[in-house]
Amino acid sequence: MTWIWTNAPALPVVLLLPAAIIIPLAALIDRRLARALALAASLAAVALGILNLVRVLADGPVRYFMGGWPPPIGIEYVLDPLSAFVILVVNAIGFLVLLHAGTPVARELPEAGQQVPYYAVAVLMLCGFNGIVVTGDFFNLYVWLEISSLSLYGLIAVGGRKAPVAAFRYLILGTIGACFYLLGLGFLFTMTGTLNMADLKAILPAVSAEPAVAVGLGLIVAGMGLKMALFPLHGWLPDAYTYAPSASSALIAPLGTKVGAYVLIRILFFVFGVGAAAKAFPLTTVVGWLAAGGILYGSVMAMAQRELKRMLAYSSIAQVGYIGLGIGLANPLGLIGAILHVMNHAAMKGLLFLVAGNFRTVLGHSDIARLDGSARRRMPWTTAAFAVGALSMIGIPPLAGFFSKWYLALGAVARKQWVFLAVILVSSLLNAVYFFRVLERVYLVKPDAEEDAPRTEVTASMRIPVLILAAALVLLGVLNAAIVKGVLAKVAAAALF
Amino acid sequence: MTEVLLGHYGYWFIFALVILGFYGMVVKRNLVKKLIGMNIFQVAIIMFFLSSAVKWQATIPIADPALGTSDPDLYISPLQHCLMLTAIVVAVATNGVAYALLIAIHKRFGTLHEDELLARMTHDLDLD
Repeated sequence: MTWIWTNAPALPVVLLLPAAIIIPLAALIDRRLARALALAASLAAVALGILNLVRVLADGPVRYFMGGWPPPIGIEYVLDPLSAFVILVVNAIGFLVLLHAGTPVARELPEAGQQVPYYAVAVLMLCGFNGIVVTGDFFNLYVWLEISSLSLYGLIAVGGRKAPVAAFRYLILGTIGACFYLLGLGFLFTMTGTLNMADLKAILPAVSAEPAVAVGLGLIVAGMGLKMALFPLHGWLPDAYTYAPSASSALIAPLGTKVGAYVLIRILFFVFGVGAAAKAFPLTTVVGWLAAGGILYGSVMAMAQRELKRMLAYSSIAQVGYIGLGIGLANPLGLIGAILHVMNHAAMKGLLFLVAGNFRTVLGHSDIARLDGSARRRMPWTTAAFAVGALSMIGIPPLAGFFSKWYLALGAVARKQWVFLAVILVSSLLNAVYFFRVLERVYLVKPDAEEDAPRTEVTASMRIPVLILAAALVLLGVLNAAIVKGVLAKVAAAALF
Repeated sequence: MTEVLLGHYGYWFIFALVILGFYGMVVKRNLVKKLIGMNIFQVAIIMFFLSSAVKWQATIPIADPALGTSDPDLYISPLQHCLMLTAIVVAVATNGVAYALLIAIHKRFGTLHEDELLARMTHDLDLD
């Protein structure tokens, strides 16, 4: 079994990529194999993620040379506390959503020809995310970025009537983002002659005064800002999340934007260093202020929405803003808050989108105005999980959402950025307004019809992931000190400020 | 001034292509024209990478017995070409997905013009 140990950094990718190809082939034998294989592959990826995180925390970073070619010639995969942590989050959420996907996929994609590709493309997307996070090479990152993005477009496009339009708009903007990244990379490559992150980091001090380096970094940050829907580059997000099928939006919303945020953190804090990045142009400060604008904009827009998935989509713009705010603070507390929020928001948004999927499956809609007490009577577990997710989004201790906001607030205080602190507090209030609007309808509004609504809770495969995520929000909140001390403190210690 | 313009004419050409592609993607209302803009944008970036591989009076990167392998300045850099082959593959895949989406849009709404599309989408009953 030593081969698992020596090849562990590359295994998640090496496992998921063939799985995405085998799924359509296996489905020719028996269509049920598609879901079983997707679940098996993502579960194995979770197991590898746990193994890798434990190993990295015990032995320090692991560098894996693809094909035995040492960098900077070869492509290397790097597991450090940050990448191991994010990979585990990505795979765990991906597995839970795929576990949930069985019924919604069967209901919303009734044609058999759509269900098998859904699983194949979903696994391909997870593979792309794993690749983005684990790679130590900038061009390899671009390829993984496009693999995951193309899968994202496909997952969105299979939704309702308007879904292809939303997917096309996302494709255009996503490609602009990727092109900006590639163009910026071109600038960095011509200045340094390397694509390896560690090598680039070593060469950068010699050329960091060059304007071409600053332009390259600016283009990369703009491109990643588009991919992570950083305000005001968020235009593609609301339609894409709303019109995608429930099973897709629950997969995309928690993970898609986070990976963009990860790349931004990786480049700004681990390759350039905030000080060097700010030499020509205060990039992190700009990201921080844009994020603060996005938090307020997303929260206000979320209050105005009448449909649950659309409300959650605007709320995602606000929540991505928290991550951007942590990047903008550019101090250890802000960075810890940002990475903690990557995990917490992935769990919270995953949970809330799964609940929206449950509502659509049982009630046939997710219009906030049409929700009432009958939803609670019919689905007590689902609504209870929704309440946990909503309270965590608002930031009620001891739920997970509170702690990432807490670290961000501490970071803002340490920086004496009182505006950012005010934004965090105000947006928590706005969160409370738009989530209590839903909670009030579900828990307090009496159903119009007097008849006894039968209890029609969703099937176990849809209920269990929701309940696991709800329990996880409590656990992650209670255990946050352990996570911060054990993992994120090491991340912050390795970052360049 | 002329030196800045003529000395970097390759970069100015690429810069013009980037602007042209970006203009097409953002301003044009026809979705196919947006895609054409996207292609121009991608080609501009590919040419930008390739232009950085060129060396004065160097030959293609295949070992030539007459030139030997001791002096790398005699060969242009092959790395950018390999990278851009991959980028071309990515661009082709993106185009494939984009045209598949356009076919789906045209089947559902009967138009690829953004204004008409928006009009028909708002008249549509919002079932989603």
